[in-house]
Amino acid sequence: MSLFRELLFPLIAVLAAFVVGGILILLVGDNPLHAYALLFGSAFSWPVGVGYTLFYATPLIFTGLAVALAFRCGLLNIGAEGQLYVGSFAAAWVGIEFGGVFIRNGAGEIVNSPIANLPIALLLPLCFIAAISVGAIWGGIPGVLKAKFGSHEVINTIMLNFIAVALCSYFTQYHYKIPGDPIMQTAEIGSNANIMRLGKFIPSMPSFIPLNASFLLALLCCLLVYLFLWRTKWGYELRATGTNPSAAEYGGVSVRKQIIIAMTISGALAGMVGINEVLGYRHRYYDGFSDNYGFTGIAVALLGRNHPVGVILAALLFAVLQRGGIPVDAFTEHVTKDIVQVLQGTIILFVAAEAFFRGPFSRWGLLKRSKV
Amino acid sequence: MADIFTIALIWSTIRLSTPLVLAALGGLFSERSGVINIALEGMMLAGAFTAAAVTHAAGNPLVGLLAGMGAGLLIAAIHAVACIRYRADQVVTGTAINILMIGLPPFLSGAFFLSSGSTPQIPREHLIPWTPIVIAFILVPLTWYVLYKTPFGLRLRSVGENPEAADAAGVRVAKMRYAGVLLSGILAGIGGAYLSIGQSSLFTRNMTSGRGFIALAALIFGKWRPVQTMLACLLFGFTEAVTIQMQGVVKLPSGEDIPIQFIQMVPYVLTIVVLAGFIGSSRPPKALGMPYEKER
Repeated sequence: MSLFRELLFPLIAVLAAFVVGGILILLVGDNPLHAYALLFGSAFSWPVGVGYTLFYATPLIFTGLAVALAFRCGLLNIGAEGQLYVGSFAAAWVGIEFGGVFIRNGAGEIVNSPIANLPIALLLPLCFIAAISVGAIWGGIPGVLKAKFGSHEVINTIMLNFIAVALCSYFTQYHYKIPGDPIMQTAEIGSNANIMRLGKFIPSMPSFIPLNASFLLALLCCLLVYLFLWRTKWGYELRATGTNPSAAEYGGVSVRKQIIIAMTISGALAGMVGINEVLGYRHRYYDGFSDNYGFTGIAVALLGRNHPVGVILAALLFAVLQRGGIPVDAFTEHVTKDIVQVLQGTIILFVAAEAFFRGPFSRWGLLKRSKV
Repeated sequence: MADIFTIALIWSTIRLSTPLVLAALGGLFSERSGVINIALEGMMLAGAFTAAAVTHAAGNPLVGLLAGMGAGLLIAAIHAVACIRYRADQVVTGTAINILMIGLPPFLSGAFFLSSGSTPQIPREHLIPWTPIVIAFILVPLTWYVLYKTPFGLRLRSVGENPEAADAAGVRVAKMRYAGVLLSGILAGIGGAYLSIGQSSLFTRNMTSGRGFIALAALIFGKWRPVQTMLACLLFGFTEAVTIQMQGVVKLPSGEDIPIQFIQMVPYVLTIVVLAGFIGSSRPPKALGMPYEKER
């Protein structure tokens, strides 16, 4: 019964959201079936569609895991958006400063000299550490503020999102942009900091597809988070804090410590988006690159029932939507890719208000009426 | 430096504060009743889009303003039903509404106006640059009066502080919370409408650009009280006005521009500092965020 229910409600929520989206598409004068065929059709074509879908899923697995882990400790991390920005910028910063990149202005004069030019074996790990640790710090701050002062992590993470965006934009604009570049982006990182694209290993996959090794890293993180949460004492304490903080405290768990640990790991996971974005894809920090990955992470975690396996499945679904938004925009009369955001929002709404479906289902005898 | 502190700056501060005051007062009604409202951003977007679209269609900004209020109300109703009736997580529901409202207005304008997310330009004579400002600043004393001097206000505050006691005293908790959330939708709707048919002359994609969250910050900075919240909105509006005025005008001694990013951060940093209790303390209503289930 339990597994059935775990799968049932997310599925119903998704279906209900598609019904709502379908009604909207009808209202604006298009055929929902045609739109949905486009939405899903392009995502599964081999190899381009699949490659892009897995690429889009990568950041969502990281942010979904980040939110899920915090959720397990009873915390809502809506700051993944800010954490992934600082993590990405940190990766780019190391990639430039330790990757031997000279930034020159239009006249060819050097405006920024690198600190070092490290070999790949040192540079790549350093970039990883930068993304992970800076993300961890950015997540840890609201954790400490909650543990020490009791201030709510939701408000603090919202505020830190804006601060992160402003900080990264400042450093990009004033220190690491190539002078005269009209685009708000940093110089390119050293080539030693690039990670390999999977196209090299999958025979028929063209090299322009940005799917890279960080997708495998994301899967590895899912496994590690699973082992941590369900197979270690620390994970047990973290979950105990989430289930019943006062009981956990009584049982000898330091709730304050757990809050800080959970937010720090959560921030680290979100920061790893930078590995995909900067080291694997653009090879530079691009201001405002995140397509709401942090917020979609909340949807991914909720829909995935805060379980690593669920997170992978939910991230794939949202990646399909993201990929499919493009042909829908191009090949329907009135439907724009904004339908994707509408579907996402509706899915979260239905997942959150699960009780909405629980009523009728227990009435029809499909579920035992349970205490909510 | 002195020449930028002019009448123009004060005037610009008032204009930029208006949407914040409206949304923050809305948030105040919702949060004092015990329902977290991080969906102010989404409610403002609903108001902004609807007001612009209806003003364009009807040729009358007051009809547009009413429609904007209606749209805010509708979105608030979704939040209210999910949080109060179905006891959904209030923050998650708010996030869902925000994501939904990033997509829905451009989706609709793309379909109706064949644009890439904005509504058609509204002629100058159909704009209302004054009315929302007047409404906003009249609402401040009015909110104070309603909250502290009327039975409605007392009940609203009581269900946000101690719903069990309020229930025992015969207050209908759910009804008061519905009232609080729906009011927040109406007010945030006016705030959004002001952006599209007051300050500018059309709706553009994501035109609130975080103002709903700044309003939320002002509400916390103002300790969930009407007058202090207004002062916080004025402060945040002032920082925005200064940012706009300083851009390219005021230089550092070295001759470089002052990075606006640091001024933009001010409201957010201040909110974190205040919430942590470094400057006075800001205490939320006791039952904020907790669904209430009547004991049977």
